Amino acid sequence: MALEFKGVSKSFNLDTGQELTAVRDINFKVEKGEFVSVVGPSGCGKSTILSMTAGLYQPTTGEVRVSGELVTKPNPHVGFMLQKDLLLPWRTIIKNVEFGLESRGVPRAQRRERAMAELERCHLAGFENHYPYQLSGGMRQRAALARTLAIDPDIILLDEPFSALDAQTKLLIQNSFAETIMEAGITTLLITHDLSEAVIMSDRVLVLSERPGTVMCEMPIDLPDRAHPLKRRQLPEVHQHAAEIFTLLRLDQRAA
Amino acid sequence: MSLAKSHTLAGIVILGVVLLIWQFLPPAMDVPKFIIPTPMDMLKELGRMYRREDLITNTLSTALYTTLGFAIGSAMGAIIGYLLGMSEFWERVLSPYILALQIAPKVAFAPLFIMWFGYNATPKLLVTVLIVFFPVLVNVLAAMKTVDRDMVNLARAYSLSRWEIFLKVEFPSTLPNLMAGLRIASTLAVIGVTVGELVGGNTGLGFLISYGGGQANAAMVFNSIVLLTLIGIVLYSVLAWAEKRLLHYIPKKEH
Repeated sequence: MALEFKGVSKSFNLDTGQELTAVRDINFKVEKGEFVSVVGPSGCGKSTILSMTAGLYQPTTGEVRVSGELVTKPNPHVGFMLQKDLLLPWRTIIKNVEFGLESRGVPRAQRRERAMAELERCHLAGFENHYPYQLSGGMRQRAALARTLAIDPDIILLDEPFSALDAQTKLLIQNSFAETIMEAGITTLLITHDLSEAVIMSDRVLVLSERPGTVMCEMPIDLPDRAHPLKRRQLPEVHQHAAEIFTLLRLDQRAA
Repeated sequence: MSLAKSHTLAGIVILGVVLLIWQFLPPAMDVPKFIIPTPMDMLKELGRMYRREDLITNTLSTALYTTLGFAIGSAMGAIIGYLLGMSEFWERVLSPYILALQIAPKVAFAPLFIMWFGYNATPKLLVTVLIVFFPVLVNVLAAMKTVDRDMVNLARAYSLSRWEIFLKVEFPSTLPNLMAGLRIASTLAVIGVTVGELVGGNTGLGFLISYGGGQANAAMVFNSIVLLTLIGIVLYSVLAWAEKRLLHYIPKKEH
C-alpha cells in the first residue's frame, strides 16, 4: 500500500474565530505504482489532501499513511509538484534537480550523476547549465518533475502541474509526464480541475464533494495506454467517463 | 553609429555646452566669483587646495568613513532585517519604533553625537551608520515577508533545516531587494559623513565646505561638493556592478 487515508478530517481555525472544515471523513487507498487522480469542485479541499500527504500539516482526526508509515512530519519519501514549477531562479537546472538531494548527505559526485540521469529521463539533457528563465514553461515543469523524481520518492503528488501551460504544450507535457512516471513505476496522486486530464492519465479517479470534501465516488478507468495520454484521448470511452464525472459534480446545475 | 555611442556623444556635448555657459555667462553678467566661481576658477582653487589644504588626506578621510559607515550600517541593517523577518512576533512588537526612527531625521542626531563623543571620527561614523541602516533594514524585512511560501514548503518537504532554508531559499530570494537597499544606502552614506563633518569636524570634505564657506571661498565649497559626489558615484557604481554580477539570473527586460 503506497498511500492510505483512514477517516481523515481537517479543520482550520480562521482569523474570525470560526472553524472551517476543509475535508471530512476521507477514506481511500492508492496501490503501489498506481496513478490516481482527485477531482472536485473548487475549494473542496483537494490541496489539503496533498499537504497532509506531504506532512506539511496533520489531520485533525484520522490518519494518513505512506508506505504503511504514519505521516507526522514532512516526509522524505513524498515528492510534490505544484502549478508553479518552484525552480530556484538563481540555480542552474542541474543544481535545481540536485536541490532535494542536498539535505540527505548524498555526496556531490553522486548527486550530479543522479540529477543528470533524471534530466535525461525527462528529455532535458543538454539544458543542465541553463537557468530557469531560459527555458519554456513546459520544459520548466519537466525540470520540476526531474527534481521531484531525483529524491526517489515512494509517491509523487502533482497539484495541477499542467494548468498554467497553453493547450498544446499541456497535451505534450501530459504525455511526457505519463511516459516518465510509467517508466519510473512510481505511485502518483494527481490533483486537477481538468476532468478529461484525470481520465486520460489515471488508473482511477476519486471524485470529491463540495466542502467539506469527502470522497463521493471512486471511478476505475479500465482503458489501455496509461503511458500515452495522447493515444488514450482518442478513445470514445474517455468522453463517457468525463461526462459521468461531470454529472456527479453536478456541473450542469452550477452553470445554470 | 550605435545607439549607445550616440548616447555617450550627446552626453559629452551637453556637458561641454553647460561648462561653456558656466565659464562665460556669470562673468558676462557681472556675478562676482565668490558667488558663482567659473570652472576655471574652481580648477585653480583645486590646485591651491592640493597644495595648502591637504586635499588628498581630506578626500581619502571622507571616502574612508563613507565606506566604513556604509559597510557597518548596511551589515547591521541586513542582519536585523533578517532576524526580524524570521520572527513575526518581534517584527510586530518593534515595527512601530522602527517606523518612528525611520521617519526621524537622522542627520539631526549629529550635534547630539558630538556632545556624547566629542570632536573626533565617532560622531560622523555614527550618523552614517544610522542613515544607512534603515533603508537596508526596511528592504530586507519587506523582502523576507514576500518570500514564496510554496518554495519554503518545498524546502521543508525536502527536510532542509531552518538554517538551510534561510541560506538556500530565503537569502537568495531577498537578494534583489537587499541590493536595491544597498544602492539607496550608498547614496545616503555620503550625506551622513558630510553632515557629521560639517557639524563638528576638522578633517574631511565636509570640514572643507564649512571652512570654505566661512572664508567666502565659493570655489572651495564647489570643489568639495564635486568630490563628495564623485565618492558617492564610485560607491554606487561598485554596488551596481556587483548587483549585475550577482543577479545575472534575472532576465533583462526587453525594451
